Parts: sequence; structure tokens; C-alpha cells
Amino acid sequence: MDRVWEYGHSNHVLEPSWMCGGSQSGDSPPEYNPGLHRPIPGLISAGGSVSDPLFGAMLQSIIDGSPEKATELAQQALANGVDPLDAVNRGFAVGIKFAGDQFGCGEMFLPDLLASAEAMKAAIKILEPEMLRRGSQREALGKIVLGTARGDIHDIGKNLVATILSASGFQIFDLGTSVTPEQFVAKAKEVDADIVGVSALLTTTMAGQKSVIEALDRNGLRPRVKAIIGGAAVTAKWAAEIGADGYSRNAIDALELARNLMSKVTGKVTNKETAQA
Amino acid sequence: MRPRIQLLSPELVGRILREAFELLMSPGVRVGSAVVELLRSAGVEVGVATGVAAGVAANDGVARIPERLVQQCLASVPRDFYLYNRQGEKAVHYGGDDVHFDPGSCCVQMLDPDTLEARPSETRDLVRIVQVTEMLPQFAAQSTAVVCNDACSDSKLPSAIGDLYRLFIVLQHSDKPIVSGSFSAAGLPGMIDLLVADTGGPEKLRQQPRAVFDVCPSPPLNWSEFGSHNLLDLARAGVPAEVVSMPLAGGTAPVTLAGSVTQHAAEVLAGITLHQLARPGSPIVWGGAPAIFDMRTGGAPMGAVETAMLNMACSEVGKHLGLPTHGYLVATDSKLVDAQAGAESARSAMLGALAGINMISGAGMLESLACFSVEKLVIDAESIASAQRLARGIEVRSDDVRGDDVRGQTLATAMFAQTGLSGEFLQLKETRALFRQEQHLPSPVIDRTARGSEPPTDVFTRARTRVDDLVSKYRKPALSEDVLRKFQAIVARESEREADRAGVATEGSGK
Repeated sequence: MDRVWEYGHSNHVLEPSWMCGGSQSGDSPPEYNPGLHRPIPGLISAGGSVSDPLFGAMLQSIIDGSPEKATELAQQALANGVDPLDAVNRGFAVGIKFAGDQFGCGEMFLPDLLASAEAMKAAIKILEPEMLRRGSQREALGKIVLGTARGDIHDIGKNLVATILSASGFQIFDLGTSVTPEQFVAKAKEVDADIVGVSALLTTTMAGQKSVIEALDRNGLRPRVKAIIGGAAVTAKWAAEIGADGYSRNAIDALELARNLMSKVTGKVTNKETAQA
Repeated sequence: MRPRIQLLSPELVGRILREAFELLMSPGVRVGSAVVELLRSAGVEVGVATGVAAGVAANDGVARIPERLVQQCLASVPRDFYLYNRQGEKAVHYGGDDVHFDPGSCCVQMLDPDTLEARPSETRDLVRIVQVTEMLPQFAAQSTAVVCNDACSDSKLPSAIGDLYRLFIVLQHSDKPIVSGSFSAAGLPGMIDLLVADTGGPEKLRQQPRAVFDVCPSPPLNWSEFGSHNLLDLARAGVPAEVVSMPLAGGTAPVTLAGSVTQHAAEVLAGITLHQLARPGSPIVWGGAPAIFDMRTGGAPMGAVETAMLNMACSEVGKHLGLPTHGYLVATDSKLVDAQAGAESARSAMLGALAGINMISGAGMLESLACFSVEKLVIDAESIASAQRLARGIEVRSDDVRGDDVRGQTLATAMFAQTGLSGEFLQLKETRALFRQEQHLPSPVIDRTARGSEPPTDVFTRARTRVDDLVSKYRKPALSEDVLRKFQAIVARESEREADRAGVATEGSGK
């Protein structure tokens, strides 16, 4: 019943023009491709490939959203002496990128994306101790403090953002719901955050987003710390009005936004690609 | 429970049929000369029409068909049958409450999406419509949607074989079943030959028909030479026929909806009788394109709610008789792909689905069936998907998501047992396993996104993108060189025959 994404059956990730199933025109169809033979920009360390069947199975476990399979493959990688960082960068993370692209194209949906993120978490959980031991821990893309605005207990959107960003390599500090501006400031200082994200569903609690930004300003954290906002009623206009550094409409756009902001924070580009969202 | 709408009480259906049988005796039905002998040998009185001199009236005879004979013919009609795709799989089930959709057919004009003007339709338009239809699961069948004015004109192929040429194009570009029809009595045999070449033999075509042919009586109560002839040819070939009776309430039929439904019933019953006399047991569909007559314009408003009501009621009568049904909906009277087009088409798609009409033709049609838009076709596909979803109703799922029988049997408590009050339903395995069945997931033609920094697009713009997208993903079916050569030979042969027939008038225009 479920749709099956067979990663190896198309070169979606290889050719941006086929990103959304070949919708960008072109005469030749994507041919069957039993594995990836070229590096994926921004995701695989230079020269990497997924020609290795183990890496192929890893990314497929993420696309399938199977934490059980991802766990098993991570354990297998460790048993075979595969560098855990390679397992992430050349295997599992490629799957997350693919899932994100498919979501952006409308081919995958929120439950699929969450399942992929859960599978990613499961793999990282197995690989992390070995990465620590080797001192080769995956470099976090950035540190992000998240929470919903004071008085707002709606956190489904915030949780999605946390899951997607975390699975994509950001370090997330989730303060939960109805968070005061002071709590945001304290956490941002404590962890030396790069980004603070404030979610608000209600028009009545959107004012809380402004309060957080003002508190960050008062405490001299900005412009070094970037403030981003989200929520059903939030618009680009509102973001501009309260001086936010950005806003996004959904979790995948939030990932792109965070990546772009990190390139401003660190001065280096973490991901040159443009999301297809 | 499958949701259904019924417009007729059992008593009213009985009255409609009683009066329909009366109409078949008085005033009777005008029939073509092709069927006069057939009727007479069945004991039917075929007289001389009023106003026509005796001795030359064979072609204008009026048949008085007794109920006894009609009932006998009804008894031999198959209650259901299937259309098959090129792979020989069952793809359309004519029967029960199964609902299928196909694009409207036989348009002569195409909406140009750049100029928004209607221009004569061409081969490239038909190919594009077929490609898009092939890609959309909402359409169980293709139709010979538009006439190819470029290929069939005085300078090229004879326009009289335009019906054959449409089928020739559709067969090359599609694996799906086809709703078709011929323009003349002479046109049909060549079309059947094309299907025989495609299927692999006349007997195979009988067993696994790929196409159904619309055959239209002329209202009121007239089975013309062309229509009569087509019914006989289809019955003898065993290729399914679809009677498309088109009363216009207030114009060519009684103004009351009930009166028009009665006329429709009489016309279809007469068609079924001719058809079954020719070959009992041949498949035939209780179909139609009834509409009201517009009292301002004199046109046939396909988007009117009364037109939808007529289609629903006519289908109900057919269902009462246990026959496969067809209707003409999902069309609009608007000249543009605008809000009127969307409202009228979506409304009738829902009504048709809830009426359980087996085949609903008409998607993609604008301007009261005068113009086709492939952009409208992809928008209609979304309305159809919604209608199909509605017709499935609220289902209780026994899906065993976690290998735990008891859990799968509850509506909500098993899921709450996992989430408590956390509200984390999005993460549940049940959610991922079931959301695709519970929700229709629309294509980007339907905009549900939050407002972004880009200006919002309108549905026509999104539909144009969607058409390009589908066409780019479409792959032409693999057709053997041998079959293609046979197709070409049939087209060439029919062109020559038509040239020989030159000067002989062809009659009417098919659906």
C-alpha cells in the first residue's frame, strides 16, 4: 500500500533537474541506476560515493523510515570497522537529504519525514559513542535554541523543526512550550547558541516572538545570535516588522534558513545548494 | 457504508418505465432502414412515418416496440462487463456502483493557454490530452477527446475518417481502455479493425474489449440510419456499445426533469432492443448526456445542476434495471478555466460519484462541450479525486499496523494508549501507515501552502505547470512494428475507400 522510494532507481540526487521526478523537462528519462557514482554536493565529503552497497542500504533505511534497519546497519558498520563519520556522511545523511528533497517536491509527507528523522536518530545513537572515542565527532552545523512563545502550548510545528534540524546535523536545545524571553536568553548564553527559534501558532502569542527578539537585543546577543520565527500565522511581513533574521513556512524551509544563517554566522557556506522546497 | 444519493423513489422509477414503454408504442420510435427487417422478423410493426409518401418510407419507418420484446431483450443484456488495457488486465468495471471517469470526447476546439482563445484542435492537442490522461490515475479510460483538424482536411486525409484517425492516435499513445465513437455508419468497421489489430484478433477483442463505443439516438425517439447501423455492427462484433441519449429538457424533450428522464429511458430501451436483436448477450451500457435546454441561449448547459440531476436520475433508472451506466458530467459552460468552470465541474463530479454512475465522461470540457482544455483536465482530476474519496465514505480500518490484532480494531483508543495526552499522533506508525488511505493527497494544482514572500499563483498557472510536468514524465507505450504497420495500413485503406465514396453524404456527428 505504501509508496516505495527506491533510491537507486533514479538519479534524483545526482541531477538537480530530476530533483522532482524529472519535472524540470528534458528529453531523456532518468535511467535505472543501481547506485550512486558521483559525489553529492555539500553532503558527501569530497570524492565520496555511495557505490558501496552498505552505504546504499544505510540511506535506503532512512528513506524507508526504519529505525530498526538503520540501527542494524549502524551496528554492522561498526563491526566491519567502517569509520562512523563515513557511515553518517556517505550513508545515512544522504538519505535525510533525499527525504528532505522529496518532501520539498511534495512526494513525501510529514509522517514520512518524521520517520526518516527517527531512523536517522537511531543510527546516530549507535554511531555516536564510537565517534566520540575516535575524536571524530560529526561537527554540528550549528547550535539552535528552540521553544514556543510565552502562553503558546502548540508545539507540533516546533517539534517538527527540531526533529528535522537535529537529523540534519544541527545541535538542538529544545526549551519546550510557553517559554519566557528570559529563558531563551539564558539558554542562548549558556550554550553559546548560533540561532534562537521562536514558534507561535496564535496571533495573540505572536507578540511573544517580538519580546524574545527585544530581550536578545537588550542582552547584547544580537546580531551574533540570529533570531528566527515560525508558526501558522507568521508572515515575512511580520518577521520584518519585528526585526527577525528570518522565518520559514515549514520544517524543510527552516532547515534551509538555518543553513543560510549559519553561513552568515560562521562566514563559511555549509550548504550551497538551494532547496527545492 | 458507501454514501449514495438517490433522486427517484421506487414508485417514480416504476412510473418512468411504464410511460417509457408507452412511448415505445405511441408515438413509437423512428428507426433506420438497417434495422427494419430485424424488427419486423421479431414481430414489430414498422409503419410509415406521417408526412412521408408510402413506398419510399423504408428509411423513415416508425417502429412500435411492445414491452414484451423490450423485456426479452433486457433479459439478455450482460449485467456487467470489463474493459481491458493493452496488457490484457481488467481496467474498467461497468457494473454495480463502481465509478470511473474519462475525459470528454469529440471536441473540435482547443483552448490556447497563452491567448485564452479557442482554436481548431489538432493532432498535437489530442496527443497532449492522451499523455496527461495516461499519467493520471483518476482517469480509468482514455477518450477520443478532440478531432484532429490538421490531419483530416481536404488537402490531407479525408475529414470523414477523422473518427478512425483519433482512435489511431490514441492507440499509439495509450495502454488504457478507450471510450470512443464513430462519425458515420461507414466509419465504424475501420475502427473495429484497428482494435482487432491492437488486441490480436476478433475473438480476443470480444473476450477482452479495449474500447466502448458511444452511439447516440437523436432526440426525440429517433434511431437514425447511422445510429441504428452502429448498434448492429457493434453487437455483431461483440464490442461494447454505450447508448448516449441526449434529451434537452424543454427543447427536444419534455421540460420537466421527470419527463426527460422518461424520454431518455424510452430511447435507451429502443437502442437496447435493436442491439440485442442483432446479437443477444452483447454488452451495452445505459448511458446518456441529458441536459436542460437553456431558455436564454438555446444551448445545453452542461454545468447546470439540473443537468447533473438528469444524469443521476437517468442512471438510477438504468441501475433499477440492473444495467451498467454512463453519464456526461465534470464539464462546464464557462469559456475560461475560471471559478465557474471549477465550481460546475467539481459539483457534478461529486454528484456523479455519489450516484454510482459507472463511467462519467466530460472532464476537460469547456463552453458546453465546444472546447477542450488540458489545463482544465488536470484541475478536474483533482475534483474527481475528491469525489472518489467522498464516494469511499468513512471507513473503519482493521489494518494491523503493529502485528497486534486487538490494537488494529479500535477507532482511537489504541492510538491514545500510545500517545496519552502528548498529542504526538504525527509520530505514530499508524499515522504513516494509514494517512495515504485516509486522505487524498492533492497535486500542486491545489494550493494549501502558507503565504510566502512570492506572490500567490492562480490555479490556471499551476495547472499549466502540472500539464508540462506530466507530459515530461509520460512515456509512450512500446508498440510492435507489426501492429503499427497494421494500423497504418488500415488508415490508408479507409482513406482510399473514403475517396471512392466521395460524393456520398455522411450523416450526423458522433460522440
